[in-house]
Amino acid sequence: MARRSHVQTTLNGETVEFLCEPRQSLLEVLRDELHLTGAKEGCNNGNCGACSVILDGRLVNSCLVLGVETEGKSVETIEGLAEPDKLHPIQDAFLENAALQCGICTPGFIMSAKALLDQNPNPTEHEVRYWLAGNLCRCTGYDKIVRAVLDAAAAK
Amino acid sequence: MRDFSYIAATTIPEAVALLDEKGENARILAGGTDLIVQVREARRDVDWMIDIKSIPEVNVLDYNADTGLVLGAAVECYKIYADDAICDAYPGLIDATTIIGGTAIQGRAGVGGNLCNASPAADGIPPLIVLNATCVIAGPNGERELRVEQFCTAPGQTALEKGEMLVSMKIPAPASNSSSYYLRFIPRNEMDIAVVGAGASVTLDDAKQTIVSARIALAAVAPTPLFAEEASALLAGREVSDEAIDAAAQAAQAIARPISDMRGTAEQRTHLVGVLTRRALNGAIQRVRDAA
Repeated sequence: MARRSHVQTTLNGETVEFLCEPRQSLLEVLRDELHLTGAKEGCNNGNCGACSVILDGRLVNSCLVLGVETEGKSVETIEGLAEPDKLHPIQDAFLENAALQCGICTPGFIMSAKALLDQNPNPTEHEVRYWLAGNLCRCTGYDKIVRAVLDAAAAK
Repeated sequence: MRDFSYIAATTIPEAVALLDEKGENARILAGGTDLIVQVREARRDVDWMIDIKSIPEVNVLDYNADTGLVLGAAVECYKIYADDAICDAYPGLIDATTIIGGTAIQGRAGVGGNLCNASPAADGIPPLIVLNATCVIAGPNGERELRVEQFCTAPGQTALEKGEMLVSMKIPAPASNSSSYYLRFIPRNEMDIAVVGAGASVTLDDAKQTIVSARIALAAVAPTPLFAEEASALLAGREVSDEAIDAAAQAAQAIARPISDMRGTAEQRTHLVGVLTRRALNGAIQRVRDAA
């Protein structure tokens, strides 16, 4: 077995250190080593977006990043979004619009939406739909999610 | 996932030496959006992943209106389409980089990895072919160059020899009155694999009425992406007309040798080659005419 590597990264603004095998994805490191279970494993091959996180400011599928690749980088996950007594505006908008049902895809959608609004604060509906094309939801039919993201943009 | 070792190389000689020493079970890791899935699904036996993203040469993204584009092998799609000058110069390349996977894939995946993965259906390769790209390859015996249409040799197989790696792709500066276009047929709106893909580049005369030269390339209709050389040559010197474009589309259909699979039948794919070649050519011509 390949040796476990020591990795230091910035996670939701705080420095964290962990040990991982090269074959462990960032998703596995988040869930199994750091016990942050917000990012979900759906397809584990880059199609569903349930594991979406932000790596050095870019949206990525954490199932397609190796944990060891995050040495010296910055990772943002759903756990870093809300303040202790206040939800993030995107989270509020998802609740207000009933943009979730079973909730499995929701952390990925919210991280994807955050990455969009961070770089494009006023997207069109078309831009929202294309940006979110890599996030799958089997419950809502997407319309409520798109409206939630547009509402979150308008609320800023 | 299969157990493997990970090394982040920081120089080309280091990566080449590792590739040469470890042999066929070593694999270059760039964006990882194909490689990690292949290893996880036991479709590729990899004992060593050599991460090249810390090597400066593979991160170069340098466009110069006189000398053209140097596109490092690990440059992610999002960086390519975020560059306005590159969008203006090579719209066919932008067509492809904006439809490879979704946003999260485009944050990691690059055209170099798309090329090295050597999928017959790769969206990134036809634009490289029509834009006359050259591959810069480093190996134990130094550097060599190879035309991009010779890079893929079979599904998942490339012309890279033992110890060799793709460093960058060089694309010439666009000629005046030229443009490019890429499109694919998929049953969905996005996030899908091409049933057929077609790219075209054209250079028109100053009156924008006559085709000086053209290049056509096809994806998903042969074991590798194809340069439709004869179809391209048919257009040189022809006035822009439906007849000329139909003739090129028919010549492109003649070299397609598609298979039937879950995405489409050979018959449908051959039909699509004609449709998409016409659209790619007309799209590129329209872009030349729309330019100021």
